[in-house]
Amino acid sequence: MSAIATQLSPAAALPKWLAPLLLIAFAYVVIPLIGNSYLFEAILLPFLALSLAGVGLNILTGYAGQVSLGSAAFMAAGAFAAYNFSLRIEGLPLVASIILSGLVAAAIGIVFGLPSLRLKGFYLAVSTLAAQFFVQWALTKFSWFSNDSASGVIDAPKLSIAGFEFDGAVGRYLFALTVVVVLTFLAHRLVTSQTGRNFIAIRDNDTAARIIGIPVLKTKLLAFAISSFIIGVAGVIWAFAYLRTVEPAGFDLDRSFQILFIIIIGGLASIRGAFLGASLIVVFPLVLSRLGGFLLGDLFDSGVLDMSQRIVLGALIILFLILEPDGLVALWDRVRRRLSLAWQSS
Amino acid sequence: MPISNHAFGAIEASVYAPEVFAQGLPAAQRQAHGDRPRQPAAEDAAPLLALEGIGLSFGGVVALADVDLSVRPGEIRAIIGPNGAGKSSLINVISGVYRADRGHVRLYGARYAQVPTQRLARLGVARTFQNLALFKGLSVLDNVTSGLAYRTRSNFAGQILGIGRTRREQQEQRGRADQVLEFLHLTDVRDRLAGTLPYGLQKRAELARALVAEPRLLLLDEPMAGMTAGEKSEMAAYVRAARDRFATTVVLIEHDVGVVMGLSDRIAVLDYGRKIADGTPEEVRNDQRVIDAYLGVASGNEEGADI
Repeated sequence: MSAIATQLSPAAALPKWLAPLLLIAFAYVVIPLIGNSYLFEAILLPFLALSLAGVGLNILTGYAGQVSLGSAAFMAAGAFAAYNFSLRIEGLPLVASIILSGLVAAAIGIVFGLPSLRLKGFYLAVSTLAAQFFVQWALTKFSWFSNDSASGVIDAPKLSIAGFEFDGAVGRYLFALTVVVVLTFLAHRLVTSQTGRNFIAIRDNDTAARIIGIPVLKTKLLAFAISSFIIGVAGVIWAFAYLRTVEPAGFDLDRSFQILFIIIIGGLASIRGAFLGASLIVVFPLVLSRLGGFLLGDLFDSGVLDMSQRIVLGALIILFLILEPDGLVALWDRVRRRLSLAWQSS
Repeated sequence: MPISNHAFGAIEASVYAPEVFAQGLPAAQRQAHGDRPRQPAAEDAAPLLALEGIGLSFGGVVALADVDLSVRPGEIRAIIGPNGAGKSSLINVISGVYRADRGHVRLYGARYAQVPTQRLARLGVARTFQNLALFKGLSVLDNVTSGLAYRTRSNFAGQILGIGRTRREQQEQRGRADQVLEFLHLTDVRDRLAGTLPYGLQKRAELARALVAEPRLLLLDEPMAGMTAGEKSEMAAYVRAARDRFATTVVLIEHDVGVVMGLSDRIAVLDYGRKIADGTPEEVRNDQRVIDAYLGVASGNEEGADI
């Protein structure tokens, strides 16, 4: 015990909130100064949207232990709800429309979370697939959702809060960053609260949780609601800030799996894990395409790229599940401990 | 704490003796109990828990057949029996995990066909499990605090924003959990993840989680299973100390006849789902049917050993 305590002492000397705060300051001040539009458009915006979706899914799957394959459906619900709110309610502020669309996603999450009251594990995962297929079907079938647009693809409205327009790549980046920072902070508060501990209790042993008086059914549905709210808002960022279009095809089953992979690779039941996992998922295809183009030249076309992405990603997930089931977060913590130990002994 | 100072003749005197309440909790903590009955235990005291004609079968296999059991306030009541005798089924019926096919459970006089598991904690019943049922991903302190989750009044929004009663509630619950951890000598491991503790300490942490709610009735499903002799007597001392300090009634299932003889006030013996004996340790020890069915090999073994 004492050995462990001394190992951690340099890290413990710094307040816990310092590192995240420095990171946020860096993201707000330094990155807008040094970044180019490629960095914002191709890397940071999808990274922020997927990170937030990962945070949302992690609350449901990592903390509360309910596996879901319907994340993209909740993203779609959020995106389309925000589109329709801003289209049909004149003068609705953007913030209100985001909150309302989160609530719509939460309501859909509760409905598709109902099977969790009877189903567990794989069976629950399969039943959340229903959400995925149903939402995508409904959005394609009823053209009212996309305002009867012929192609089904619609332009997202401009982002503006109180007359201030978030124009251009940097503006949209700052907008997305703010939403992600606020929701991540609230998510962090949630998972360290009694409700968050109830989530973990239900995940680890739901019979014991029921016996000691944790309202299991209510807590499960709450996990679905909160998780879907966050994922719904992530969908708004994805559509409004990143793609600037809203279309059902972008929220298919592949997207659901992608978010699930993010939290598995990043680390289940960890807020940081969602960000680490998302950065890997976003950056990795870009690195692969650069590397492939450099090594193989013209042979490495988009077909080969797509295939090799899937193969390498699949292999990576298998490796993680075997070697580091706790994900990048555990890896990160271990490296940091080694470094601080080395720093101490030198 | 000596283990076997319970002279068998002096059981009635030891149960709910005045000093139990003197050692009990300070008045502020007792508030939560409401109007807990404080009648002195006597032979004819109303039972805290009574099982009446309980029958339970799984498919064609009879787990329990016509079992009656009464538990008086403040006693330590053991249920013993060979493997597969139906002991765990009985605890599961009492805690509402199983619904009995026949008969009913009487808890503080109220009659239940199936005890409502969701309200168990509110009814003042806590239990531990035969196979560890700690929340592995939570610290020991958080595990114990979760034993008070049923009392939480604040909602998740208040907890996120830290407004309203949240802070005070959390501090109060942590304070109680810390007291129980200290009582069971677990303070050194309070911040460790429950899953990383050695087996014996996990068992004790589970006892702490059950005790933090200060239950009127504590159900212990093999609290000493898989422990060394030293750990067993330590655990027995904790069980008795918990009974004395929290003035709780204990129903416990155990394999180790030796530990049970020294610890309990009355013992019921199950065999093939039927109750074959019920009485003081002395009576049970001398019961011919018990000796035949269960103690046969150990009848000459006064020290008590695993059977």
